[in-house]
Amino acid sequence: MANLKALKGRIGSVKSTQKITKAMKMVAAAKLRRAQDAAEAGRPYAEQLAGVMSRLASGVTVGPESPRLLAGTGKDDVQLIVVATSERGLAGAFNSNIVRAAVRRARELQAQGKTLKFYLIGKKGRAVINRVFPGQTIHQVDQTHIKTVSFDDALEVAKDIMHRFEAGEFDVAHLFYAKFQSALVQIPTEKQLIPVEVPAAKSGTHSETSEDGKHTRTVSNDDHKGPVAAVEYEPDEATILEALLPRNIAVLLFRAFQENAASEQGSRMTAMDNATRNAGEMINKLTIQYNRSRQAAITTELIEIIAGAEAL
Amino acid sequence: MADMHFELVTPEKLVRSEDAFMVVVPGTEGDFSVLAGHAPLMSVVRDGEIAIYSSPTTVTARIKVQGGFAEVNDKGLTILAEHVEETR
Repeated sequence: MANLKALKGRIGSVKSTQKITKAMKMVAAAKLRRAQDAAEAGRPYAEQLAGVMSRLASGVTVGPESPRLLAGTGKDDVQLIVVATSERGLAGAFNSNIVRAAVRRARELQAQGKTLKFYLIGKKGRAVINRVFPGQTIHQVDQTHIKTVSFDDALEVAKDIMHRFEAGEFDVAHLFYAKFQSALVQIPTEKQLIPVEVPAAKSGTHSETSEDGKHTRTVSNDDHKGPVAAVEYEPDEATILEALLPRNIAVLLFRAFQENAASEQGSRMTAMDNATRNAGEMINKLTIQYNRSRQAAITTELIEIIAGAEAL
Repeated sequence: MADMHFELVTPEKLVRSEDAFMVVVPGTEGDFSVLAGHAPLMSVVRDGEIAIYSSPTTVTARIKVQGGFAEVNDKGLTILAEHVEETR
């Protein structure tokens, strides 16, 4: 039978742990709200830009003279993997999910004989990546001092990545982060940063291949929408596209940071909620054990007294 | 003349969504003003000031924009900017 004093000490320690996890859960819940609001506020810009990009890109044919950010370098030998994680732990499986997704993809690429380079954002991904792929990290971004990610932070990272691209350090860049779905579900997501993936235009023409694959016909969706007004471009389409491409990368990164921030808080909230519940269960179990031992001690004492009295 | 819809958005938030009589935008090829019924247009905006008019003579706001892009379609004018700073 565990002694009473030790049990009491353990109950006390679990209780204070529970207090901490409870507080962390509440802080995470408040921060989650804020992160979600921020992500919400950034949506109109991202949607508008994506719409403009797809409308522009549908009018421009990708050729050797189109901007390299869109057309790529023509090779895919050196792959850059950008992993965005958080700066703090205790957020459940949040960071390990992102890193796992990145490592899985990296292994695939490695099996295809590509050279890998890593670009790490947030310090929680560093340990694992540096262990699994030692010496392949080209840069680590520290965001410890940043409370809420601003567009400027994303812009800075985007500029650095684009600079490295221009310098020919890599051919293709992938971005890994966790997409926020709910406080319970965060999906590790991969996005191609460079060359820019242009979302398919909703209107316009697309090719349809019939079942036997012999007949290909071009279908126009514009028929239902009436005449499409001719858009004036100032300067020309290609120049606008060139101006928007770097911005698109910055926005992609910014969105990823925002999604990550919301996911991190959501994940932490869930993890801390579980921890609080587990602590509660543990306290109940320990309290029962404590009461039993106390009762046992009292009973033993009583038996001793009675036995002593009878002996007289 | 009817007002047209005007939106100014940054990556961080929707700065303005309102009806305006006219908006003067500093395009890279020169300033242009957008009124209701403007032809569809896409233009890069140079760093400068946009002016929002509620009537032909009254300026309701001047906003400094950086890294901007303007699109005019049948829904109105949308300006995407990296940075905005409201002056006055």
